[in-house]
Amino acid sequence: MDKYELKILTWTGIALVIFMVAVLHAVGKYATDLPECIPYDAAFQEPKISQLDDSTYQVFMLAQMWSFEPDEIYLPVGAEVDLYLTTKDVVHGLHIADKGINMMAVPGGVNKTTMKFRKPGVYEIVCHEYCGSGHQHMRGEIIVNYPKKN
Amino acid sequence: MYAKEITMKFNIDKSFKRLLITLLAVPLTLLTLGIYHGLMQTLYRSGMISQRTFAALDYYQGLTLHGVINAIVLTSFFAVAFGHACMVYYLKMKVRNNVAWLSAGLMIVGTLLASWAMLSGNASVLYTFYPPLKAHPAFYIGTALLVVGTWVAYWDWVSMYIRWKRNNKTTKTPLPVLGTLVNFTIWMVCTLPAAYELLVMLLPWSMGITESVNVPLARTLFWFFGHALVYFWLLPVYVIYYSMLPSLAGGKLYSDNAGRLVFFLFLIFSIPVGVHHQFGEPSITRGMKLVQSILTFGVAIPSFITAFTIAASLEYASWRRGFRGGNYFGWMLRLPYFDKERYLFAYLITGLILFIFGGLTGLVNASYSLNSMVHNTAWLPGHFHMTVAGPVFLGIIGMSLYMLERVTGRPIRLKRIAVVIPHLWMFGVLIFSLGLMAGGLRGEPRRTNMGLSYLNPESPLFRPDWVLTTGMAVMGGLIMFAAAGLFFVVLIDILTAKKTEEEHLEFPPYEVLHDEPRVGILDSFRPWLVVMLFVIAMAYIPVFRDIDNLTGPGAKPYDPENPNPLELFEQRDE
Repeated sequence: MDKYELKILTWTGIALVIFMVAVLHAVGKYATDLPECIPYDAAFQEPKISQLDDSTYQVFMLAQMWSFEPDEIYLPVGAEVDLYLTTKDVVHGLHIADKGINMMAVPGGVNKTTMKFRKPGVYEIVCHEYCGSGHQHMRGEIIVNYPKKN
Repeated sequence: MYAKEITMKFNIDKSFKRLLITLLAVPLTLLTLGIYHGLMQTLYRSGMISQRTFAALDYYQGLTLHGVINAIVLTSFFAVAFGHACMVYYLKMKVRNNVAWLSAGLMIVGTLLASWAMLSGNASVLYTFYPPLKAHPAFYIGTALLVVGTWVAYWDWVSMYIRWKRNNKTTKTPLPVLGTLVNFTIWMVCTLPAAYELLVMLLPWSMGITESVNVPLARTLFWFFGHALVYFWLLPVYVIYYSMLPSLAGGKLYSDNAGRLVFFLFLIFSIPVGVHHQFGEPSITRGMKLVQSILTFGVAIPSFITAFTIAASLEYASWRRGFRGGNYFGWMLRLPYFDKERYLFAYLITGLILFIFGGLTGLVNASYSLNSMVHNTAWLPGHFHMTVAGPVFLGIIGMSLYMLERVTGRPIRLKRIAVVIPHLWMFGVLIFSLGLMAGGLRGEPRRTNMGLSYLNPESPLFRPDWVLTTGMAVMGGLIMFAAAGLFFVVLIDILTAKKTEEEHLEFPPYEVLHDEPRVGILDSFRPWLVVMLFVIAMAYIPVFRDIDNLTGPGAKPYDPENPNPLELFEQRDE
């Protein structure tokens, strides 16, 4: 084999190994945030917000044509939320750009993610998966540290 | 060596000529609709149109047309037309005309059925099908026929190749033939699950014969096909890059074996990566998502090899054109970017420039957790307009002009315009994609008629931070639209000109700088096919098991206009 060919193959191999080790290390160390999937259970079809302790909340979110239920969630600063998502009808998306939360609601599946709100503000929820003619109106919000409505 | 003799003109019979013209002209005619609605989408999204429907075409109906025509119809018709031409030209054999016409007939009937369903407003479900949104059965049947038509062409080529191989045991398979066969082998394998989804799951369900459909399974079958589809678009253009671009630039291909390796790597890696489109979905566990994320990096390897091989070939061309060294990048200035006598070069090089950015943003999408930042945002169309509307589209329209000139015997007259089109298009795509990607990073959703809500100043949902980015997409869209308009001017001019030459087939000569001896493993499909099937099984069997374990009841059909399920299924008494 050509001397230069051998050299370049060696260097490429080393670069690839470093890259793969870095990827796996990052996945392990920074606990990446891909949503977790939960075996399907009809209980997730009942939307609800429950407070588990001082700062931990559990939200069962139901996506439907063309709204989220609940679509307004009030939380204190520092709240940690377990969000379970499923859909009543077709496929929907749930995107909270300011938190980097990105999930799909698929019929027959239950999706779960955890998020922590360290700063007060209004966090917009947008449906970002085509779900029929009313898709562009489907959204909601999470309101952190604003006075409760009722 | 075949390298010298293949540069000559190849005479074709009337039936084959008509076949090629039909396969090139049908999708280009429909493309007018696809391009029109491309521009319209940027206007809807920016709020310049705040309506559901404009000129009798609903936003989501037009989005479906844009996706199906541009991404499936145009690309598969071109792949078949160019595949026929490569097989005939490089093997110096004939395709069976009746089989080729059967294939073309199926594709055309399928396309007409699906087009009717979309244009009549009965299939506004986007090109990804999106069950449980339901389309008219004609949409599913039409798409399936289009796919079956491509299979017919493929099996004829396989039999041609076997006959050729019998007489040429020790000759290297011509690279364009190898590339074409690899591409259609990927296509054959990946369309089987898609055909299953269409014909076994969706069709009876849309006709009311079955009650419900397993949506996670349908989506997974779709993406098994859906990502291989993007390589099916791309590989014909890779064939052009390897076998024609070097000599168009005035040089030779740096290494022919590199090209063979690249095509076989695509055979292995194109399919077992589909789950990276489903990172945000339930029913598939994280472990398999990570495995397929890593495999997706694997499919970047052949593209990196291509980048270096083609760059080396172009640098060699530059030296031959009088480049005398000096600095590392000076050779880039010596290429015939605006040479109207070889306008095809301009289409290919602008596509490659776009593909640099298209490929790099693709790596972001592949990355396990970075994907969460961009999935389903406007970033994604920003990325794939630099791939499918970059090298793929530019290669297709450039090569269509090049082939039509020769097949009709009517040399192009508007060369100066023809050479400007790709540069204008590239400029438009860069602005358009930058706008979309910047918007995507600020949360702008894709596939959304935002003019009705987020970009409508009168709506309570108005998002002023998306005004600038959607405006950029309009600017880029207008430039792309102008370039496409010029393309149709050149195309019509060719088709209406006087015939001045014999009808023939001819491609730029294929020459190799380092003409290496034949390496058995790089000239045999069998070992690579075995590895391909093994990797697919490894990557997908656990995924289907996950879906089986984690998924709940199936879904009833829905009309995109109506939040209540359609009652198609009649329960029969025992």
